[in-house]
Amino acid sequence: MIGLLIRNSWTQLRRDRAAQVLAFIVPIAFFSIFAVIFGGGGNRMSGTSRVAVAVVDEEKSEKSRALVEALAADSGLRVITTAAAPRGSRGAAAETTLTRAAAEAMVKRGDVPAALILPPGTGAAIGSFDGAGAKALVLHDPSDPVAARMVGGLLQRAALRAASANGGFMGRVNKGPDEMMPLRYEEQAVLGEKRDSPMVAFYAAGIAVMFIMFSAAGAGGALIEETDSGTLERVLTSGLGMNGLLLAKWLYSTTLACAQVTIMFVWGMLVFRLPLVQHVAGFAIMTVFTAAAAAAFGLVLATMSRTRQQLAGFANLLVLSLNALGGSMFPRFLMSEGLQRASLIGFNAWALDGYLKVFWREAPLAALAPQVGALIGFTALFLVLARRLARRWEAA
Amino acid sequence: MAVLEIRDARKSFGATRALDGLSLSLGEGELLGLLGPNGAGKTTLIRAIAGRVRLDAGTVSLYGHALEPERPRPDLGVVPQENALYPLLTARENLETFGKLSGLDGKHLRERVAWALEWSGLADRAPSEVRTFSGGMKRRLNLACGVLHEPKLVLLDEPTVGVDPQSRESIYDMLGALRASGTSLLLTTHYLEEAEARCERIVVIDHGRAVAAGTLVELVEQAGLSGRRVRLSLDRPAASAPAGFTLADAGHALTATIDDVAHELPGLLARVQGAGLGVRDLEVRPASLQAVFLELTGKELRE
Repeated sequence: MIGLLIRNSWTQLRRDRAAQVLAFIVPIAFFSIFAVIFGGGGNRMSGTSRVAVAVVDEEKSEKSRALVEALAADSGLRVITTAAAPRGSRGAAAETTLTRAAAEAMVKRGDVPAALILPPGTGAAIGSFDGAGAKALVLHDPSDPVAARMVGGLLQRAALRAASANGGFMGRVNKGPDEMMPLRYEEQAVLGEKRDSPMVAFYAAGIAVMFIMFSAAGAGGALIEETDSGTLERVLTSGLGMNGLLLAKWLYSTTLACAQVTIMFVWGMLVFRLPLVQHVAGFAIMTVFTAAAAAAFGLVLATMSRTRQQLAGFANLLVLSLNALGGSMFPRFLMSEGLQRASLIGFNAWALDGYLKVFWREAPLAALAPQVGALIGFTALFLVLARRLARRWEAA
Repeated sequence: MAVLEIRDARKSFGATRALDGLSLSLGEGELLGLLGPNGAGKTTLIRAIAGRVRLDAGTVSLYGHALEPERPRPDLGVVPQENALYPLLTARENLETFGKLSGLDGKHLRERVAWALEWSGLADRAPSEVRTFSGGMKRRLNLACGVLHEPKLVLLDEPTVGVDPQSRESIYDMLGALRASGTSLLLTTHYLEEAEARCERIVVIDHGRAVAAGTLVELVEQAGLSGRRVRLSLDRPAASAPAGFTLADAGHALTATIDDVAHELPGLLARVQGAGLGVRDLEVRPASLQAVFLELTGKELRE
């Protein structure tokens, strides 16, 4: 009897393609995605990815240039010393050497997690081991807890190499560990230093985006229930049409997602001192466009699914994967640059970037244009896709 | 003028011909039964009339006007087989929703909702969520949602399936009231006795074609079953059937078919008496719709 039931179960599984995908393909897909992100080649924690650092050589001496070259030669760093020339600089080179202000702006924009400023006197201080002289300055974004430390550590290695190349360092005497550094430096956070709990902004944005994606998939699933119950047929018979029906579903899901994110951020403000009031305009913009994209995404999932079970499978696979990739679970800035670029295939990565610009980088509203533009593009794409998939409900 | 006129309707899904030149018409205030085995084309036909299926060929006309797929049909009401209701909305909210979708609003909508609640016997349950309703109540509300906008023609797909006899009576009373107001009804059902008792005319469809149409008497003739069925219940089981009879009910009954009751029945009874059998009951009736149906569509299972 028991054997019969077991055989029946296997037979049913063998005939259910969706169940097979959920049982065997989804775990492999998840494993692969997480392995790429958290494992060997995908993130900086593993030590195989390079930290981008803007380096400003304010001394411009032979020694300081040797230090910059030593930094550039380090496999752990991607050194940036130039920036695109401003528009209208006719006849000038396409790139200009970075200044301290430009490097700080790059950190604030999130282009790089840290900038290294080598002030005048750096050359003399390299390898002096006397605790005196100029200090290098590491400007960093404290949302990336690893970058500044890595830059600081690798700076020492580069300084040792540079000092060796310049005749070594002789006559060093007993000093404290700080003085014994080949080049002393200090860290300076350029963002978030005034906040009581700065990382809350990350968590709130990450969880909110992931949550509304699940929620939108669930709301879109009402289409499947209405198909089964016959209400969809009845509504379509009334002459409303598929465009009107999808529009209604999309607008409902959008408003629902807006409400959900707002409640979540208000909770964050009340309990975790998230600075919502100070950023309410940026929050509103990002929430409306993110909710619109998530709702359209939910419609795509619902229109491509035949059953609730299929929808749950698609939603789990896509939402969790996109959020793992998009930075809801693991900050994108800790991923490799390649993976960071790849994550932009998901609308949620753009949404998260936008929220972080608002709450973390305190960027002006105009700076949200790329994110808003991308979200509008994703929304349009999803709506077109959902409309095409919904043809199966139209008159055959 | 016919309310509904379907001419040479053809529709194929891949290699399957769902409708294969089907034609029928429905008059004003008429209750037309649409019968057919599973897969005969009934649902495709209903969906084509409702604008949810595009015909490959042929026309569907309402009051002489050819209907286009997916265009609003204000003169048409559709009552689907499923209880197509929102379970978390109240009866009133469901009626208001489908009323608005059908183009009603304002005072007219409120009046029609009040009428529908009374008509369906659900006035006292208007503020209750539909998920708390019995099967019969859902059926009545399902019906009310389809006729709220006062359509001239109502398509009813198995309107009484899965409900108790009391609810079935109630539903037919509701339909009777609709017909009295001049509404035409096209009804599909698998309850043949219901179709026999309630429908003025019946169309039997099979393999996408109308194989017979008319009153029950006309169908009986078209099926070649015009004789009367005689059934005798015996006071004790018979071991064998007298000449002209067939044994039924394990010998407890005898059946025969005769063309002329007045001339042939006395002879039959005499033969029974001659065989020493006692007759407890006698029934003479025309061929049932079930017999006609099976004669026209065969006994082969269709799934």
